[in-house]
Amino acid sequence: MNETSDPRIPQTRPRFSATFDPHSIAEIQRAAATGIYDIRGGGAKRKLPHFDDLLFLGASISRYPLEGYRERCGTDVTLGTRFAKNPIKLKIPVTIAGMSFGALSGNAKEALGRGATAAGTSTTTGDGGMTPEERGHSQTLVYQYLPSRYGMNLTDLRKADAIEVVIGQGAKPGGGGILLGQKISPRVAAMRNLPEGIDQRSACRHPDWTGPDDLEIKILELRELTNWEKPIYVKVGASRPYYDTALAIKAGADVVVLDGMQGGTAATQEVFIEHVGLPILAAIRPAVQALQDLGYHRKIQLIVSGGIRTGADVAKALALGADAVAIGTAALIALGDNAPEWEEEYRKLGTTSGAYDDWHEGRDPAGITTQDPVLAARLDPVKAGRRLANYLSVLTLEAQAIARACGKSHLHNLEPEDLVALTIEAAAMAQIPLAGTNWIPGKSTGF
Amino acid sequence: MRRALKPAAREPVVFDLATRPLRDINAILQALPAHTNETAWAIANPRGAHAVAVGVTTPVSISIDGHVGYYCAGMNDGAHVTIAGNAGPGVAENMMSGTVHVMGDASQAAGATAHGGLLIIEGNASARCGISMKGVDIVVKGSVGHMSGFMAQSGNLVILGVAGEALGDSLYEANIFVRGGITSLGADCEEKPMTEAASAILETLLKKAGADADPKDFKLFGSARTLYHFHVDNADAY
Ligand SMILES: Cc1cc2nc3c(=O)[nH]c(=O)nc-3n(C[C@H](O)[C@H](O)[C@H](O)COP(=O)(O)O)c2cc1C
Repeated sequence: MNETSDPRIPQTRPRFSATFDPHSIAEIQRAAATGIYDIRGGGAKRKLPHFDDLLFLGASISRYPLEGYRERCGTDVTLGTRFAKNPIKLKIPVTIAGMSFGALSGNAKEALGRGATAAGTSTTTGDGGMTPEERGHSQTLVYQYLPSRYGMNLTDLRKADAIEVVIGQGAKPGGGGILLGQKISPRVAAMRNLPEGIDQRSACRHPDWTGPDDLEIKILELRELTNWEKPIYVKVGASRPYYDTALAIKAGADVVVLDGMQGGTAATQEVFIEHVGLPILAAIRPAVQALQDLGYHRKIQLIVSGGIRTGADVAKALALGADAVAIGTAALIALGDNAPEWEEEYRKLGTTSGAYDDWHEGRDPAGITTQDPVLAARLDPVKAGRRLANYLSVLTLEAQAIARACGKSHLHNLEPEDLVALTIEAAAMAQIPLAGTNWIPGKSTGF
Repeated sequence: MRRALKPAAREPVVFDLATRPLRDINAILQALPAHTNETAWAIANPRGAHAVAVGVTTPVSISIDGHVGYYCAGMNDGAHVTIAGNAGPGVAENMMSGTVHVMGDASQAAGATAHGGLLIIEGNASARCGISMKGVDIVVKGSVGHMSGFMAQSGNLVILGVAGEALGDSLYEANIFVRGGITSLGADCEEKPMTEAASAILETLLKKAGADADPKDFKLFGSARTLYHFHVDNADAY
């Protein structure tokens, strides 16, 4: 501030630092007051190179489009064609990602099952086992096999339609799970075989194997346990996607699931969410490259996730070489998470609709990320399931609209050649030419 | 090596893993009807094969004549499996019920995440024995390696020999009984008074496992429960 009080002389205005911005300052203050790091739900919130940085070219003289409402544009996908006797057939290439009962209420899990089933796709259990509601309402259910093995049992394993060996998540590659005491209700505690109300930490490494050679034997065991019927997925957080994909292939996976750093979590340290892992945009091409190098592209399926919101995101992920996508956060929003109707309650929690991410606290006004029976009862699983089905339908219609415009009779016919990048970063990461040039940084020296 | 505790009542049906694929053998064992009359099975020439006799849900006896690789009797739910040899990593992993009896030594993560049943190891068990156990009873007649009972949630781990470093690290509600002494305790694991109830559990398990040991010679270890809630002062332990 200037010393003078002469109103005719312009004053230096308060200026926030770009480095010590208000968020950083508040975090330093909070850390100093509490001595503990911040834990929250959701994925990376900062701006990252993403699908928004890519554009489709659309048809032109050199290629012709398909009639929007007449000519067929297929959307189906078959997952697990490598070894499984019973591959999974889905109507749409958008699946529901693994989210645990515990992180989510029973009603929310039921709603996910209902919505996914109505749309002809699969849903996935999470770090907490399989609930009867979920199995009952999901036509196709993927059963996660996690380091904690909470609730893992042979009966449920055999009831599953596919098994997903979770090695990591995009929000926290290399990290284990957290479920705070508020959410360890008697039912959650019983399913996980833990004392009620404790702050539960789940392991980050599997208890009985380490490394790709062991994983191969673990996959063999899972196949032997389930009569070689079920597709075995391997889920990794995006960090070294080329090698992780290659090693998952070597270990015998039927499907590789690759989750970028925008991917949601129920509860993780903020510093982990924002600073570990790769944005999904940077991870898809190396994974596809590994599949291609080993001769398995489209033979072992690739599911990608992390920040998928629109049909354009779906189409871009597929054009980059994925076979399907998975959604977590967007599915919760479709159910009713962060809905403006709960604004007054979000305010009481010190936040606002659209920014609520304290999913670990179990006080979710929308009744989704909670184990409080009163809050959970707010979510009508039938209506919420319908909203999710609507949303899945919109994602599919949007992706089809783009694919038709690019002249594709199936979403899987989208290809990198249909895309350009808006920024040099995106061009380099997605290995797509910068718009208006044929320059792919690091690959070509075009103009 | 000692003899199995429960010799099969009648002549077993013998599979030869040298000539018959693992898939066939597991498929037959897994498909046995609940009240089958064919209650005695044997597997010859396992020669370190992995995933032998996994996921059997019928209370039949299966004796394996030799050493096995990883995950023998994984997810066992009711069968009585005897391994006349050593077992590789993850023997009886995630067992639900039944018994698994290793006549030799067991490698890492024996009984990992197992929910129920009884795992008896006549020899030693390597690192992380009983890791993340969720209700199983494990009796090791020899010693166990480091990090045994890591994050063990419930059930009983009985060690007649010596426990390696960091026993019971981040333990939840499992009991760990040790006769031969400990090398060191892991975070949040402490010695507990041997209550009558605990001593009774130990006595029963020793009897079931055919172990010639006096419960009075054991010490009991359990969770100090200081890590059950996140707290700044515990930062060193996290
Ligand atoms: C509430 C919540 C709970 C989750 N729980 C699990 C879990 O138990 N296991 C897992 O592998 N991933 C879990 N995830 C991550 C999702 O499976 C998925 O990778 C991620 O949500 C995809 O990114 P998106 O949220 O941007 O769609 C969870 C995500 C959320 C939002």
